[in-house]
Amino acid sequence: MSQDVIPAGSAQPGDAVHPGPPVTVNRYGPLQRLNHWITASSLILLLLSGMALFTPELFFLTGLFGGGQNTRTFHPWIGVILFFSFFIFFFQLWKANLPERTDWIWLTRIKDVVGGHEENLPELGKYNAGQKFIFWGMTGLILVLIASGLLIWDQYFGEATSILIRRIAVLTHAIAAVLIICMFILHVYAGIWTRGTLRAMTRGTVTGGWAWRHHRKWLRQLAGRRKVDPAE
Amino acid sequence: MSGTMAEQPRTAVSNPPVRALAANFGEQDMMRRSATRSEPVPTRQLTPVAKLIDVSKCIGCKACQSACIEWNDTDPGVGVNVGVYENPHDLTDQMYTLMRFTEWVNPETSNLEWLIRKDGCMHCADPGCLKACPAPGAIVQYTNGIVDFIHENCIGCGYCVKGCPFNIPRISQTDHRAYKCTLCSDRVAVGQGPACAKACPTQAIVFGTKEDMKKHAAERITDLKSRGFANAGLYDPPGVGGTHVMYVLHHADKPNIYSDLPDNPRISPLVETWKGMTKYVGLAVMGFAAVGSIVHGIFGRANRVAREDEENAEKLVEGRPVPPPPEEPAPETRAG
Repeated sequence: MSQDVIPAGSAQPGDAVHPGPPVTVNRYGPLQRLNHWITASSLILLLLSGMALFTPELFFLTGLFGGGQNTRTFHPWIGVILFFSFFIFFFQLWKANLPERTDWIWLTRIKDVVGGHEENLPELGKYNAGQKFIFWGMTGLILVLIASGLLIWDQYFGEATSILIRRIAVLTHAIAAVLIICMFILHVYAGIWTRGTLRAMTRGTVTGGWAWRHHRKWLRQLAGRRKVDPAE
Repeated sequence: MSGTMAEQPRTAVSNPPVRALAANFGEQDMMRRSATRSEPVPTRQLTPVAKLIDVSKCIGCKACQSACIEWNDTDPGVGVNVGVYENPHDLTDQMYTLMRFTEWVNPETSNLEWLIRKDGCMHCADPGCLKACPAPGAIVQYTNGIVDFIHENCIGCGYCVKGCPFNIPRISQTDHRAYKCTLCSDRVAVGQGPACAKACPTQAIVFGTKEDMKKHAAERITDLKSRGFANAGLYDPPGVGGTHVMYVLHHADKPNIYSDLPDNPRISPLVETWKGMTKYVGLAVMGFAAVGSIVHGIFGRANRVAREDEENAEKLVEGRPVPPPPEEPAPETRAG
């Protein structure tokens, strides 16, 4: 298997290119997409229920969950669902998100990234440094949120730690939540701004042109693999 | 129901009225309401009340606990003897007040002193529970100083537990709401003092206006000083703006010897940061991120795939020549 050491294009099992026109490229399989959307729905529900308890101006959002008591009950359980769905997803993707030298070049040319001048950027594998940042940032923040969240889950762990620990946990939870919401906004925005990206998570495929433009090294690898092994 | 309004109580020892009286304070007297931006504006200022607990007069009989259970109709259950006097072993959602016992050897006299402190809500002027509470109107403060939990608004999150400098509120595992001493707000409203003060056989617990209680405390402190307790004093901690439950301590210089009564209680800086800066900076940052991306989305140029990109992809897949990869400083060597 050529996928278990991380090749430069970071192609993963299931990634494949189909000749066109138009050329399409498989980017995410059905299970990965399912996991992504379970995680995404959980995150949105957590955002709504969490913000309701974060500031009185948004307390009305508890109405979406059937009142304050229900919001307080559901929020931690949704967090548990997100934790598991995210980490299944994590183990599907982490190898392709390992940092490499190209990421530093990409980051130093962030102006060209934002300006859409991709001709000035190095050819990229399956993920660019921004996507990797979201991936590892989400990973770290979700770990912080689940750990601090368990400590302040009053119904089951209310008495497990000292009040000082719980105060630290509740502050940490709030700060981590703010950061993950910003990261979530960045993630959604990048997916919309980079046209043609959303279909990777809906249909599972992107166009050949999208892959050529944004992840050329990955596309070259898939095309090369196809020449070697045209079966499939 | 009689239209006559009960007077504000100035003592706990008076007998109850023989006919029904209208409550002398209520919603219109709220001065703070949890998770509410615009503070309620009370139409009048009630005379601040206070409960004074003179630990030097306490005999540890627990009549206050019994009276509390009786009046509030709670059921702490039958406990287990683990060799200490506290019963139950801690405050619970069914036990709003608890006698805490400490055996303390006075280093100056080598005498064993049995310190008994009636623990319970201190009714802070600056209540940490109210500050921490996310549920509108679940914790309120009246102009007479009583801090009360309005249970139908409580969501059971336990934030009040983190906010309280005295570790008082307890969350029920049955109805998932927070409970603590109410200073018998329902008794005070009809002119009666708190049940614990009423039941106390030595009047170690007394109740009245805060001013009267301070005067009474001053007399007690003078008396204690004349008996050799040079450090006798009043516990009305300024860090929480003073409290509406105060102690006369014979060793007021070290409150912590009385079962860890905080020396300088205040709302934890962690709670202040959580409810202050984190909230405002957090909302600003999240708002900026959301608005920024919407504005950039509307006015910025989207990153679109060009026709040329699609053509190159087609050529690549068909094996026709395409622009080669640029010279890289050093090729990736990890590829297998």
